[in-house]
Amino acid sequence: MKSKIPRFIFYFFCLLTLLGIILGEPQGVFKKAVALCLSCIGIG
Amino acid sequence: MERFRRIIQLLSAFFANSRLFVTPSNPIYRGPLKHVCFPGLNCYSCPASPWACPLGALQNVLSNFKANLSAGKFNIGFYIIGSLGIIGSLIGRMPCGWFCPFGLLQDLLFKVRLPKLEFWRPLSFGRYVALFGLVIILPMFWLDRFGFGQTWFCKYICPAGTLEAGLPLLAMVPELRSMVGTLFFSKLTILLLFIVWSMVTLRPFCRAICPLGLIFGFFNRFSWLRLKFNRDTCVDCYACELVCPTGVYFATGKDDINSTKCIRCFRCYSLCPGGAVTIEFSSIMKGRYEGIEGSDCNQEQRQA
Repeated sequence: MKSKIPRFIFYFFCLLTLLGIILGEPQGVFKKAVALCLSCIGIG
Repeated sequence: MERFRRIIQLLSAFFANSRLFVTPSNPIYRGPLKHVCFPGLNCYSCPASPWACPLGALQNVLSNFKANLSAGKFNIGFYIIGSLGIIGSLIGRMPCGWFCPFGLLQDLLFKVRLPKLEFWRPLSFGRYVALFGLVIILPMFWLDRFGFGQTWFCKYICPAGTLEAGLPLLAMVPELRSMVGTLFFSKLTILLLFIVWSMVTLRPFCRAICPLGLIFGFFNRFSWLRLKFNRDTCVDCYACELVCPTGVYFATGKDDINSTKCIRCFRCYSLCPGGAVTIEFSSIMKGRYEGIEGSDCNQEQRQA
């Protein structure tokens, strides 16, 4: 059973990533990442 | 191994900040690579970075969670958590030791010839406060009247953001200089504190604060790549404890060798004279153990 844990975890997170891609989350990440975040860098 | 790791760290720092032609009129990269989170602390507002920061992206998603939910969208960062989980389930906290540019900076600062200080171990609980408090709970639940939260860790703490984005942008874009206020100086103080601290203590940010390191660290015990300590072949020289950059004291039994603190630098593996530290791989495809050098699992396989 112990040896199956990494495989299960790996596939679980692959599915989670796939779900995020299906839900269009990379677009949301992109939108935030290309905007200059003034508060994050402590300016605004 | 140590020299090889340093080369990988330098290449990775360059890879993470590989946008060479930056202009003041276009300070942020806006190409397709920004969809992808870099597995290290590397601010996405850094003019040289073509990647997204997983911590910044996660806080942004969580700070908009309620607003998105009101709009009928259940967005909790599956993509970000999933991509961090894929890396974590394969190599655990190895990105901290091999790929993180801020980790490299701390390693280099420690080479400054100054008297060295031990890290006070209870400070490592700060990582839990930073992850659960500043990255998850406060962005998600401390909301303004419009239902939006803030990126608490990025805004009030992250020294990587100040160093990689705040200072270069102030140098490049003169209009931003008039906007500098108390917040910037408080963040600059945090950055200076960590720079000075890194000169006297190994990896203080990774050990005391870093939420990303803690996320990867949770996978250390379950990842495909793991370390194994064999008590029977240990010669009690404690060289592993002397060289460990994050103070994982497994030979004396204080910590597990796969503790959340281990950044997988493999210094203990390289230096152990008795070969008591081994690297193990659990095969993801076949679901069985294969180890390097006489691990118990290998012996079991041989017997079978």
